[in-house]
Amino acid sequence: MKAATIQLEDLACPSCTQKIEGALNSLEGIDEDSIKVLFNSSKVKFNFDEDGLSIEEIELAINRLGFDVIKSRVR
Amino acid sequence: MQRFIFKNKNRITLINGILIAIAFISKWAINNMNIFTWALIIASILGVAPIVIQAYQALRVKVVSIDVLVTIAVVAAFLIQNFEESAIVTFLFLFGAYLEQRTLHQTRSAIKELTEMAPESALKQMDNGEFEEVEVDDVDIGDILLVKTGAKIPVDGTVLSGEGSVNEASITGESIPVAKEKGLKVFAGTILDNGTIQIVADRVGEDTTFGKIIELVEEAQDSKSEAERFIDRFSKYYTPAVLIISFIVWLFSRDIELAITILVLGCPGALVIGVPVSNVAGIGNGARNGVLLKGSEVISDFSRLDTMVFDKTGTLTAGNPSVAEKEYYGDDIEKALSYLASVERESDHPLAKAVLEDIGEVTYLAVEDTEVIKGGGIIANVDGHRIAVGNVALMKREKVELSDRVKADVARFERNGNSLVLTSVDGELKILMGVRDQIRPGVKEDLQRLRRLGVKNLIMLSGDNQGTVDAVSRELGLTEAYGNMLPEDKSEYIRRLIEDEGQIVAFVGDGVNDSPSLALAHIGIAMGGGTDVAIETSDVVLMNSDFGRLPHALGLTKATARNMKQNIFIAVGIVFILLASVLFSDWMNMSIGMLVHEGSILAVILNGMRLLRYNLKKI
Repeated sequence: MKAATIQLEDLACPSCTQKIEGALNSLEGIDEDSIKVLFNSSKVKFNFDEDGLSIEEIELAINRLGFDVIKSRVR
Repeated sequence: MQRFIFKNKNRITLINGILIAIAFISKWAINNMNIFTWALIIASILGVAPIVIQAYQALRVKVVSIDVLVTIAVVAAFLIQNFEESAIVTFLFLFGAYLEQRTLHQTRSAIKELTEMAPESALKQMDNGEFEEVEVDDVDIGDILLVKTGAKIPVDGTVLSGEGSVNEASITGESIPVAKEKGLKVFAGTILDNGTIQIVADRVGEDTTFGKIIELVEEAQDSKSEAERFIDRFSKYYTPAVLIISFIVWLFSRDIELAITILVLGCPGALVIGVPVSNVAGIGNGARNGVLLKGSEVISDFSRLDTMVFDKTGTLTAGNPSVAEKEYYGDDIEKALSYLASVERESDHPLAKAVLEDIGEVTYLAVEDTEVIKGGGIIANVDGHRIAVGNVALMKREKVELSDRVKADVARFERNGNSLVLTSVDGELKILMGVRDQIRPGVKEDLQRLRRLGVKNLIMLSGDNQGTVDAVSRELGLTEAYGNMLPEDKSEYIRRLIEDEGQIVAFVGDGVNDSPSLALAHIGIAMGGGTDVAIETSDVVLMNSDFGRLPHALGLTKATARNMKQNIFIAVGIVFILLASVLFSDWMNMSIGMLVHEGSILAVILNGMRLLRYNLKKI
């Protein structure tokens, strides 16, 4: 398991946290309980399994919702 | 296509607005219904595009978002050829979203200021010995870094070589530069005012003290109280419920206008955003003023505080004893002081340090035949005189006569909680000094402010003897004060306050010794500056252990809690008004519904923004 932090462009709409959570939940290999969407700092934090899923795929999933990824970090 | 639409959302909003303006101008000014209709049709299609995409994306991840409701409403209005409504609703929705983004940006600005203080790059020593600029994320523990004048220190580290002075305001809140040389620790986010140093990285990124502060604040502003979690769960089912209700209404009344009006009215915007907005603005104000609040639960507890319990030493008092009162008797005081200083210079007793500090620069004389009397003091020969320095018992032993005036002074000093240092020269009393741990400047006024802000009980617990504790308590006007308490006695006392008396309790104390009490109290406030322990154990962190920030912290949490209630009231109130008007009046339609909905969102954001400017008035 790796811990990832993704910095997004400013989140503004009340329902975007729900959308992002939903998108991450639908991906295989993300620890669902670890998903934290920080609305005010516009960050997403979660743990994921690097074997089946790359950070690029996750970024793409968020991007497809219409949110620009500014920076991501995996530790 | 999708990307293009998103990128140009603001432009679409603008064109949308212009088209609507053209439509109405042509209707009223030149009475051309053709232009009117077509302008509105184009505006509707253009305006709904970004909303449809958002709705589709939400549905794909199984979320019935507000975009879904609006999309259905707009499409339905379009199909029944009510282009006026469909165009205006898309415009209001898009324009509202734009304003929300702008104002939200404002409420978040205070915390942005803090996070933007984080270092971004570092000069790292490469394999060839040269220093190269790298991103701060690429610095690992053990790397050697160069920091030049004016630069931000990129990581927590230890100085290897060089000297300089560092402004540590971002960590401690104290802006007086601190001198750094080989072997001393430096902190990420602090600024090297002058000099050049090389450091070795000890902790990097989120593990640095500054990284922890940022993480704490970021998590705090998004932390949710029980009420918010309820609203969240509620809104998850609320939007689909609105969808079903409006469908049922349509099924029974066959009135599409009514059904789509309900769809728009049902949007839960202000309710969802109202509380987080107050939260982020309140925490942002705190961060700007040296008060870190760990989340909305803390705000809610702190604002309802009954009792504040303080540790004495290091919290209410400065923590190092000093001479508080003194009296001189007879002549040749100058000489007596220099004898006293000469004797005390050779002692490592804690009182001696306080005495020396008070006397300051004098000529030191040779001290002979020093004799330490246990539990009494010191007797020595200086410059051919017999000098005794110690307590009243030592004076008795030395057969020094104490006049009535001296006896009265001794009694007064003791009552004020002093330890006494008497000095006699050749059997004659010359100096009486009272040494005590003095109350920090400003604490008394701060406590009075706390009381005026509504704290009912101010209690002090201390390991010191009851006499000293009583003296401090009298001076500060505390409700209760208890001495001779071990850390476990303190935590037991707090447990009783909470469990037996049902009070909401804050504990202010030392981050290390008092951690059980800090953990047990509803609100733990550790005095310890930017140390890790203080940050981790407390619910409220006072930068630089500044006691004077406490009243601001309490006032701010009260204002924030009030602000949240106002926002909930606005949001719920609006829903009721809209509901009532759709049922009992005929002026309500989709456009007005959308206008009120967006207006209520802006109202709660603007109300939250007031917290950014909150400042505790002199009360």
